[in-house]
Amino acid sequence: MNWISNYVRPRINSIFSRREVPENLWTKCDECGTMLFHRELSDNLHVCTNCGHHMAITPRERFKALFDGGVFVEVKVPEPIADPLQFRDQKKYVDRLKEARKTVGEKEAMLVAEGEVGRTPMVVAAQDFGFMAGSMGMYVGNAIIAAAERAVALKRPLALFSAAGGARMQEGILSLMQMPRTTVAVQMLKEAGLPYIVVLTHPTTGGVTASYAMLGDVQIAEPNALICFAGPRVIEQTIREKLPEGFQRAEYLLDHGMLDRVTPRGKIKDELVTIVRMLMRQTPAVKGDLPPPAPKAAEAVAPAEKPAGKAAAPAAKK
Amino acid sequence: MNYLEFEKPLAEIEGKAEELRAMGRANPGMDVEKEAAGLDKKASDMIVSLYGSLTAWQKCQVARHPERPHCKEYIETLFSEYTPLAGDRSFADDHSVMGGLARFDGQAVMVIGHEKGHDTKSRIERNFGMARPEGYRKAIRLMDLADRFGIPVITLIDTPGAYPGKGAEERGQSEAIARTTEKCLSIKVPLVSVIIGEGGSGGAVAFATANRVAMLEHSIYSVISPEGCASILWKDAEKMREAAEALRLTAQNLYDLGVIDKIINEPVGGAHRDRAATTEAVRNAINAMLGEMAGKKGSDLRDARRKKFLGMGSKGLAA
Repeated sequence: MNWISNYVRPRINSIFSRREVPENLWTKCDECGTMLFHRELSDNLHVCTNCGHHMAITPRERFKALFDGGVFVEVKVPEPIADPLQFRDQKKYVDRLKEARKTVGEKEAMLVAEGEVGRTPMVVAAQDFGFMAGSMGMYVGNAIIAAAERAVALKRPLALFSAAGGARMQEGILSLMQMPRTTVAVQMLKEAGLPYIVVLTHPTTGGVTASYAMLGDVQIAEPNALICFAGPRVIEQTIREKLPEGFQRAEYLLDHGMLDRVTPRGKIKDELVTIVRMLMRQTPAVKGDLPPPAPKAAEAVAPAEKPAGKAAAPAAKK
Repeated sequence: MNYLEFEKPLAEIEGKAEELRAMGRANPGMDVEKEAAGLDKKASDMIVSLYGSLTAWQKCQVARHPERPHCKEYIETLFSEYTPLAGDRSFADDHSVMGGLARFDGQAVMVIGHEKGHDTKSRIERNFGMARPEGYRKAIRLMDLADRFGIPVITLIDTPGAYPGKGAEERGQSEAIARTTEKCLSIKVPLVSVIIGEGGSGGAVAFATANRVAMLEHSIYSVISPEGCASILWKDAEKMREAAEALRLTAQNLYDLGVIDKIINEPVGGAHRDRAATTEAVRNAINAMLGEMAGKKGSDLRDARRKKFLGMGSKGLAA
């Protein structure tokens, strides 16, 4: 719940490192302090080449590396009503939204796409922590429902990358209502017999963790991701004691039986494909970095800015 | 009587009337009754005007009033043969969540609710109504049981939120909440909820994903407490009045947003000023809500519940 105070710094860092990066900029790893050249960093999916620290990655960049040949088609998300509560704190919510759209260059905090991953058709949703801390409001709810409906229509699995400070307070109770709404989306997949794989990335907290992000058939997390309901600061204030090292981090949750796996970003693509193909009773996967699927390439929309050729290389280290 | 901060002027008048009467008792020759009755009239007029125009923050205070009827009182008053069922079968029994079989108006039901406690000892035992994963898992178990035997589920919501503690996190607080909401959306029996005090965030919605949700007039239901919201968005926890207003957490706002189905009127001066009338009003509301679902097919009830929540957010507040 205390997403701003907890994540202001990482958020600023992440916006800085991912977006509007001038060609010659270096990024300092917040873990080990190594200066990383931005091209090298994006080639390595924003994982520090020195210490393996996982920095934030935008949904678009993730999709470029994940889908074969970097080719995917965005799934349309129905537009919710704007600013249902006419919310205003020190700023108007509509102004905060405008600002986020301008800095991030995306419409909202979740991107949904369909395409082939390791020649396996999938629908993938990814949450954008850079956009108002990835917070779950009506748009994110609509995105998850659209993703589930699309997956059911195409009989494909859904993979979801979560990253959020929690519910979007500016949408008040309607953000809370996204907990049951997204749960219904997960139920659609389950009842259609389709796998729903969640990849929890840093950080996933609050109402997001307490709904769709914890309801996966298989729960994977990126290393050292903070995953919790209440943030560490709130807990320290409540119990008035220091929390153990690594508390609420991915590895800690794995040890406590709350996750299936902790997997580094570079290996997630192969792992997703392996798991999904077994659950779908398909033949073993063709692994590694594949060119775009040939027959449907014409209707697919490749992201425009950069040719995706080399960018995805580290995903295929095997 | 425990007076709230905005009831100070009322406390003064009632105090004076009391003093006058005490004086009258001490001096039998003195006629104080006329004056005291005048004060009584003034006080009751004041209650009407105060409670007729409560601000969002004042409603938060009323919703949290220590003398407000809590879950236990409703269970004892409205249900018979209440048979508590304990434990999550994995770790513990969470005393902040009450639950068990009972009869409501003769009909067997499963009743589940948050209990805050009424004095220091019971508040600690009940963890101030903040459930741990065990409480949610107990609720899941009881809902499953009700589902298998075709018994309606009634939930009473009154929690500041799920407990933010070390053990709660380690044992999967978020997963437990998510599974409870999922269970609410799976069962094929009538599910009705009444928000009787505080509906605090995920900890509340996990019990309130129901076919029908009613709210007592001065209870609140919100994604975050006004204090928490103020400290994040205003960077100042003292701005809770502004935050309470902005969050639209009152029953009236939530009804307009289509989030709740029914507002249960409270006695003048709030539920704590006339507990019997309040519990009776809640009884009538539950009766009406169950009645609306009588004779419906289980799978239709479940599908209607899902559809209801999927459609939420289709209307905003009028400008």
